[in-house]
Amino acid sequence: MSGESKRIRAPFDDATARSLRAGDRVLISGVIIAARDAAHKRLVETLDRGEPLPVDLRRAVVYYVGPSPAKPGQVIGAAGPTTSGRMDAYTPRLIGQGIRGMIGKGYRNPEVVEAMKRHGVPYMAAVGGAGALIARTIKKYTVLAYEGLGPEAVAALEVEDFPAIVVIDCDGNDYYEQGQAPYREI
Amino acid sequence: MRDIQATAITRAVADLAVRACCKLPRDVYESFRSSETTEPSPVGRNILRQLIANADIADTENMPLCQDTGLTVVFADLGQEVHIVGGDLEEAVNAGVRRGYVDGYLRKSIVSEPLFERKNTGDNTPAVIHVRIVPGDALRLRLAPKGAGSENKSVLKMLTPADGIEGVRKVVLDAVKAAGPNSCPPLVVGVGLGGSMEMAAICAKRAAARDLDSRNPDPRYAAFEEELLTMINKTGVGPQGLGGRTTALRVHVEWYPTHIASLPVAVNINCHAARHAEIVL
Repeated sequence: MSGESKRIRAPFDDATARSLRAGDRVLISGVIIAARDAAHKRLVETLDRGEPLPVDLRRAVVYYVGPSPAKPGQVIGAAGPTTSGRMDAYTPRLIGQGIRGMIGKGYRNPEVVEAMKRHGVPYMAAVGGAGALIARTIKKYTVLAYEGLGPEAVAALEVEDFPAIVVIDCDGNDYYEQGQAPYREI
Repeated sequence: MRDIQATAITRAVADLAVRACCKLPRDVYESFRSSETTEPSPVGRNILRQLIANADIADTENMPLCQDTGLTVVFADLGQEVHIVGGDLEEAVNAGVRRGYVDGYLRKSIVSEPLFERKNTGDNTPAVIHVRIVPGDALRLRLAPKGAGSENKSVLKMLTPADGIEGVRKVVLDAVKAAGPNSCPPLVVGVGLGGSMEMAAICAKRAAARDLDSRNPDPRYAAFEEELLTMINKTGVGPQGLGGRTTALRVHVEWYPTHIASLPVAVNINCHAARHAEIVL
């Protein structure tokens, strides 16, 4: 990991997505899309029915988050990442719809990594359990679809210097593995 | 007999829910700070500093440390001299959860049944309540909200006596490795040994919810807690699974007498927030 964080813009263009390397620290500004378990299920069911998606996922950076409710005067409540692996069953389909980045926490399965390599999609981790800290980087929260899902609704998050670390890059390099190896004794 | 009003229980539970979700326990905070000085990985230290900053912000703004404000687990030690008036214990606790989660802007994360509709109950009820009838005329309530990222990586294995301590070590190690970054390390690991299947799980849950600086009163088990911690911190998983030597902050072991043919082992994984709050009425 380099000492300095890279400042990048979302949605990602091709050059941004491919420039990120496993271990890079990034600060993301722009718009990212919040979607987690129930939203993923509905999006894929929509595709299964041959219907158009309610949101445009081309170039999107998807953030696996289900925020706690905002208090009056707040943009959003705590908003840290949820475990990405639960999205794995749906992710290759959504990558096929044009997603160019993902933010969550935890391991991904080989099918997801293959789809990432094929389509040039990096996976980033935000600090799990740092929901209050991360909320400060979220400037606007706008529900785009599935409002009835409450914290699981699909939403646009306007972010400024949202902190993350690239854990799997477009070539499949894995920083969980690289980071742990030097300290692994058993 | 001593009367305790159901409304007092409700009020206490609502306060505990908000406190547990928004205020990092002091012992956990101190543990972050001391780990930040000993963690050799620069990435790991950076993560620990972010967790300290997160706790400070949550404290100042009275907002949840983590958006997953969990399934509400309540340990109720009910003195046998207590008479609850104006309602019953279970409903009083659930009314408190409802009030705490709705009025306290905590996330509602409970679905009404697990398999078919999975409809959100909208107020985080019902809680999981573990009641023990104990001597005395007090009611001790300990509330530990439990997020799914760590709960989902918890494990129960029915070992046999021949598997012995080596078998227990392996179950714990495998659980921590499988949890990896998913359960938000550095972890607090609760290990339950003995009893029956469900008793081992309850022991593990109680262990995970113990104060960080507590030790098992039996010196053999206290030494085993230390040994397991040292073992876990050799996995290299580190803070957030990004590498380092702070994979767990503590390991707690609780045990119960068991059958001559059994050695149940339960591992309840808790995330770094290790949320808990307690009151005695």
